[in-house]
Amino acid sequence: MKNNILYKHRFLIGRRIVQISILLLYIAGNIYGWKILQGNLSSSKILDVIPMADPYAVLQLFVAGSLLATDVLIGALIVLLFYSLIGGRAFCSWVCPINMVTDFANWLRMKTGLHREEWQLRISRKTRYWVLGLSLVVSFIIAAPAFEFISPISMLHRGLIFGMGFGWVAVGGVFLFDLFVTKNGWCGHVCPLGGFYSLITKPSAIRVKHDADKCTLCMNCKNVCPEKQVLWMIGKESVIVSSGECINCGRCIEVCNDDALNFSFRYKPQKEEKEDA
Amino acid sequence: MAESSKVDKGRRKFFIQILQGLGLAALGGSIWGGYVAEAKHDEIVLRPPGAVPEEEFIRKCIKCGLCVEACKNRENNPDETKQTATLRLAAPGDHRPKEEGKYIYPKEVPVGTPYFVPREIPCYMCEDIPCVPPCPTGALDPELVSSVKDGKKVLDINKARMGVAVVDAENCIAYWGLQCDACYRACPLIDEAIKLELRRNPRTGRHAFLLPVVYPDVCTGCGLCELACVTEKPAIFVLPRNIALGRVGKHYVKGWEKQDEQRLKGSKGIQKTITPKSEKSPEEYLNVEDLLDEE
Repeated sequence: MKNNILYKHRFLIGRRIVQISILLLYIAGNIYGWKILQGNLSSSKILDVIPMADPYAVLQLFVAGSLLATDVLIGALIVLLFYSLIGGRAFCSWVCPINMVTDFANWLRMKTGLHREEWQLRISRKTRYWVLGLSLVVSFIIAAPAFEFISPISMLHRGLIFGMGFGWVAVGGVFLFDLFVTKNGWCGHVCPLGGFYSLITKPSAIRVKHDADKCTLCMNCKNVCPEKQVLWMIGKESVIVSSGECINCGRCIEVCNDDALNFSFRYKPQKEEKEDA
Repeated sequence: MAESSKVDKGRRKFFIQILQGLGLAALGGSIWGGYVAEAKHDEIVLRPPGAVPEEEFIRKCIKCGLCVEACKNRENNPDETKQTATLRLAAPGDHRPKEEGKYIYPKEVPVGTPYFVPREIPCYMCEDIPCVPPCPTGALDPELVSSVKDGKKVLDINKARMGVAVVDAENCIAYWGLQCDACYRACPLIDEAIKLELRRNPRTGRHAFLLPVVYPDVCTGCGLCELACVTEKPAIFVLPRNIALGRVGKHYVKGWEKQDEQRLKGSKGIQKTITPKSEKSPEEYLNVEDLLDEE
């Protein structure tokens, strides 16, 4: 059972199912008028009642100088609270459609042998915070949501729902960047939305937990992790992955043959904590 | 002495990195800002009913497409397959016309924002205005398309001001003296937004001109007239109001409107002008002054 290929890819399969179903529900919302999910990742409605909005987009609109209707503010708050208190940066790995593009680029990179350390362009993981700050400055100066104008994420998602136009160019750019320039280049280094979620999801409850006693230091997890800096504790300490940069994709859990990594809740009742310890 | 001249390389590196970072940010920021400023600046684009003024619209629209979905899936969509709709969400490259010269497209629609091209599909002015209420941000403001009826606030599509129809009298065949009233009949506010003006045709001496005249106070800019126009390239077309209409300014007071002169009350800017009178008597003026000098 444990070496079953499905079991070995359980989170990958789960993520694809979630990503694709969300996408299909949005597409059906436009084509057939289904009310389950309407709109797109910028702002949407569940069952025509519960609003959801991208808090980063709302922040840009706010910085650009607009007073917004309550609908979108409530929507942004719902999403913000969900990811920051519960889900962590799961948006990136479980919802964002660009994730499929960059994962594909990454897979190709590994399969074709394009991935060699010396061929990589070194970009700081902190670049995304610069881009994030810059997007707000530009939004303020230009009085328009700056990242929303060039975001390949919304271009792809909106494109799949409403028609792509030349949006392929932006998406293709991300693909090529991740394939030829840097491993996990877009999601792990540049994307300001990822940076935004990294900052706000620090307190979130769902976390990967490392058990150093079981770890055999094979480093499979570090090889597979798109944000490997968050796994500094491998083989050293039995702690949860507390960085907001962890995208909760579960890849490290899948590849670990020693059951040293698992999802856990950070705020467990005290009793269980004692049992664990 | 030797100690004080020792260079702290870490410190130097720190400042260089800060400067590099700032330089990159400034470069990136100006390219990015320039692109966005360019992309958001299009005056020719037509927005859904209830849209706030363009500058504010760009600031508020979150590009979710809920208005587009509502427009597409409305019950009275003339396209029963519901595959097309008036509103569309701008994709990159949308400004490229499918057939050269046949359509007026915005030069560049800010990506992701809703717009429509009346020549393809005009706004059918649904009475329940399905596109406006779903807007989550207030970029489409129900207040702008509401009126008070029997003490209740109701949506009123006739208050929409998406644009205004403009007649090109040179190429309108009604102005040639041919009988055509296609736009007039297509107008949902027939005899209000477009009226026919009758004029004698001096060329034939008999037939009358039936000239379509647009009344911008009433016209909603739906574009049904533009779609109906029979000429190869429509001679009546919708333009954004800020492009098609002039502006008088507030300093004109209409003496023929009852309340308008009230505006002068308490005004500090207007006062009686007093020209100093000449102290000379008229006689003195006529006799002493050299009137011929001025020639």
